[in-house]
Amino acid sequence: MPKANVTFEDIGITVTVPAGTRLIEVSEKVGAGILYGCREGECGTCMTRIVQGAANLAEPSVLEDRVLKDNLAGRDIRLACQAQVLGGEIVVRPA
Amino acid sequence: MALADTRPPVAVPVADGVHWIGALDPGLRQFDIILRTANGTSYNAYCVRGRDGVAVIDTVKENYADTFFARLESVARYDEIRAIVLNHLEPDHSGALPELMARAPQATLHISARAQATLKGVLRGEEELSRVRITTGEQASVSLGDRQLAFLQTPYLHWPDTQCTWLPDACLLFSGDVFGCHFCDARLFNDRVGDFRFSFDYYYQHIMRPFREHVLNALELIEPLAPALIAPAHGPILREAPCDYVRRYRQLAAPLLHNEAATSEKTLLVFYVSAYGATERMAQALRDGAETVEGVRVSLYDLAGGEVAPFVDLIEEADGLVFGSPTVNGDAVKPVWDLLSSLTLVNVKGKLGAAFGSYGWSGEAVGLIEDRLRGLKLRVPAAGPRARLKPTDEELRACRDFGRDLSLHLTGRIEKRIIDMAALG
Ligand code: FES
Ligand SMILES: [Fe+2]
Ligand SMILES: [Fe+2]
Repeated sequence: MPKANVTFEDIGITVTVPAGTRLIEVSEKVGAGILYGCREGECGTCMTRIVQGAANLAEPSVLEDRVLKDNLAGRDIRLACQAQVLGGEIVVRPA
Repeated sequence: MALADTRPPVAVPVADGVHWIGALDPGLRQFDIILRTANGTSYNAYCVRGRDGVAVIDTVKENYADTFFARLESVARYDEIRAIVLNHLEPDHSGALPELMARAPQATLHISARAQATLKGVLRGEEELSRVRITTGEQASVSLGDRQLAFLQTPYLHWPDTQCTWLPDACLLFSGDVFGCHFCDARLFNDRVGDFRFSFDYYYQHIMRPFREHVLNALELIEPLAPALIAPAHGPILREAPCDYVRRYRQLAAPLLHNEAATSEKTLLVFYVSAYGATERMAQALRDGAETVEGVRVSLYDLAGGEVAPFVDLIEEADGLVFGSPTVNGDAVKPVWDLLSSLTLVNVKGKLGAAFGSYGWSGEAVGLIEDRLRGLKLRVPAAGPRARLKPTDEELRACRDFGRDLSLHLTGRIEKRIIDMAALG
């Protein structure tokens, strides 16, 4: 199964995860400082800065796109409860 | 006793072609649940008349809408209103907005870009939303013919949406919550009302202080204007020496103490509460470990011996915070929660956070504190050490190692760890 490496900059931990994993599943297990509210891609609480490897995440859904726009998020921001890793190296930190 | 005033409320002149059309709420004692006020508050709104029409700046809390409209009607007709400006959409200022939009259907609404999301909770109709003008770029000012209103972006004072409005010909700043306070006095002007200095400072400490960086940015915009009059959204209108109040914000936004640690040095504060000395010994071991790392100034404080407020001042300036608490009845102890619940008064986002503590049968305190720290947007890099009753030598060694690791995190020298998701379970 394809793997990806997700690095949480704020706590200095890299986790090897299977492709298809959402950021929320990993960040909660390692205690990274990303916060969650609705966990359904609506509230925008989990906005996360993608420092590196944005192309290694699945494209945002229409819903995620709209929530990001409503929150005036920059182009390097994703919702951790939605974003799925595809493979390769990804570096993130709380927005 | 004075007879009750039964005359209808009217507008009060503030400057040339500018009137106060707000409302007084003298009975209020608690605002937004967290703020107290000994003098009630006021919801200040203003009306500006130009050659080609009228602008209304802010409205009032919904249950004061009648007073607001009566004062407005005493100086303007609805069909004269060209522009409605909302400096901040919190309900205490937007309460009469939907009705005002309906009574003045030709008027445009001027709000900041960040206010758009909130506006959807205030106005629901498509037609009303089509009258919105975002106050940046080409729309950073609006004309009333012979006079202009210009908008200053001052986000986070007190919400992300906040802006100020500047009337250059009168050197008048409509400042929203900035320079405001909860102090109700019908005499309206700072040279005539009672002494409101403590209310002014209190309002700053509770509303503005968490956004100190944003206050400093806003002052950069406001100071060069040298306003001749400041018309805030709450409390007295500042017409006598308004720049003194701008200077006061400068003072309040300055750090309280100069930290003699070199600027390259990181600061780590360790707070603890100890019932029988176990958590204290852990705290000391943690401190000893943290001090082995070059470039970190470590300080240790027993919460039982201090007041919350000065600790909050220290925390505002620190890079890392560690809290030690025994677990009593499955929880961290009260002095720890008292301090943690006061941290919303300052900006702690992105600081390093950690917890540790001793326990009898269960050690929930550590995890509960860590969750709270994450909730305050600190980064909590590692689960903290716990020890049952008397810490053993090995447990104290773990505290020392933990302290050292925290210092390594602070200085960016921690060894990066790589783990497999499968190993996390
Ligand atoms: S947690 Fe609400 S959008 Fe992700
Ligand atoms: Fe406010
Ligand atoms: Fe307000």
